[in-house]
Amino acid sequence: MGATRTGRKPPRVGDQPLFRRMLIGIVLVIVALLIVAPLVVISVEAFSKGWAVYRDTIIHPDTLHAIGLTVFAAIVAVPVNTAFGIAAAWSITKFDFWGRRFLLVVIEIPFSVSPIVAGVAYLFVYGLQGVFGPTLDEYGVKILFAIPGIILASMFVTAPFVARELIPLMQAQGRDLEEAATSLGASGWRTFFSVTLPNIKWALLYGVVLCNARVMGEFGAVSVVSGNIRGQTNTLPLHIELLYHDYQAAGAFAAASILALIAVFTIIAKVALERQGAGRVRRPALVANSAEKTQ
Amino acid sequence: MRRNVLPGLRLSLGVTLFYVGLIVVLPLAALVFKAASLGPEDYWRIVSSSRALASYRVTVLSALGATVFNLFFGLALAWVLTRYRFPGWRIVDAMVDLPFALPTAVAGIALTALFTTNGWFGSILADLGIKVAYTPLGIMIAMCFTSLPFIVRTVQPVLEDLDPALEEAAQSLGGSDWQIFRKVILPLLTPALLAGVSLSFARSLGEFGAIIFIAGNQPMSTEITALLVFIRLEEYDYQAAAAIASVLLIAAFVMLALTNWMQSRALRYTVRG
Repeated sequence: MGATRTGRKPPRVGDQPLFRRMLIGIVLVIVALLIVAPLVVISVEAFSKGWAVYRDTIIHPDTLHAIGLTVFAAIVAVPVNTAFGIAAAWSITKFDFWGRRFLLVVIEIPFSVSPIVAGVAYLFVYGLQGVFGPTLDEYGVKILFAIPGIILASMFVTAPFVARELIPLMQAQGRDLEEAATSLGASGWRTFFSVTLPNIKWALLYGVVLCNARVMGEFGAVSVVSGNIRGQTNTLPLHIELLYHDYQAAGAFAAASILALIAVFTIIAKVALERQGAGRVRRPALVANSAEKTQ
Repeated sequence: MRRNVLPGLRLSLGVTLFYVGLIVVLPLAALVFKAASLGPEDYWRIVSSSRALASYRVTVLSALGATVFNLFFGLALAWVLTRYRFPGWRIVDAMVDLPFALPTAVAGIALTALFTTNGWFGSILADLGIKVAYTPLGIMIAMCFTSLPFIVRTVQPVLEDLDPALEEAAQSLGGSDWQIFRKVILPLLTPALLAGVSLSFARSLGEFGAIIFIAGNQPMSTEITALLVFIRLEEYDYQAAAAIASVLLIAAFVMLALTNWMQSRALRYTVRG
């Protein structure tokens, strides 16, 4: 205690011991009630009917199928989003073109839109009431209430995740290194892999980790487009809802404990990557040309 | 302007525009198109039906309550995490991101378990005569949980970068701590606070997964707008779903514009300061 960053300097505002202790106390109590307690209650409820029920829920074919589908959606959606994030960051930070700031705002849209709205919007593109739905149906292509719909909806909600980590960072790094590499005769790909990528790898991984967590946990958008067919189009979050409404609370919490574990690992990875300098340039920096000022 | 020698504009911009167009713009355009095909009278009748109005009311009021709570608690948490060092502060700092990392459905059933009348907190509150689960208060708590990190994470970097010399100057002029906080520190934090507030409020307006478990979902009292959209879909009333979803979409765009405006203001402020 007492080893504040001010060292031996005079106390700063709010450094009186009584105020300090009270504020820390209040904040810690609320953190415990609002953030820690939900995590604890998941593990307690998951094992409330004993280890056997927990194990039976996890190894039930429907649960295993839901886990498989969730992992599959992530395996497809995360790399595609990563490629998009890199392309968006490269075009926006390495070139000046008309409408660049507008493009930034459009990429951010999925952050503000309710997942339910996203799901409904996809219904009106690929559903039978939608723009392409009837044509696709004629050719026997099924997108909604099937796996492609789940993946598309996941891609919508996570579209900005990688881009928003890369754009402020690459903006701050400027174009000099890439221009030097190109003028020395390196190809575009060579420049990217040898010059740009080493500088952005941690931020890239940071975006990928957050994107993956969101894809695996997405509920609202996926619940609209999936059709909730047990053992077919049920992802893990949807399976939790199904068990919960089936009055199998212990089972629902058992399934939830897997996702909670993924969330905890995500946070550990996030902290580790932040130690490498990722995530330093924070959200407000997505507004164009702001990155220089954040540091 | 300098000539740009870097390659890959056509490829990277092409991929970006194609992806944004296909994944983001096309679906939203289809939704707007569907809602617009209703005609003004039908549209107005659906979006101003008493059930829809009641859902806007409970959604907006709960989101307001949650945002006000997070404004105070988020500021206090950011303050504690940047100004004070105590055992375990790093763990608390990491835990702040849990609401973003934890899937909303998981958060929903966990909060419900805590706040039902036989849950850990619900049973204590029930003795005091307060009912949380299946009431608007429950909706508010779910929104508090899911939008908590926004204000903490927008205020934290500004607090970290705050120049101690400003406080020292104010102290040497004889200002009390409260005066310095109110007249020196708070004005510097305001742009970041406002940006965090608008993000937090926008998120609360659209939240679905965490809420539906704890809300009770009674039409006219605890039915949020996002759920009403979902119910209209399940009734195969696609036009009504499109119309009400478009209201949420318009609200999201207004909040997005507001957030961008506040963030650019916040940045200008930082530069000048």
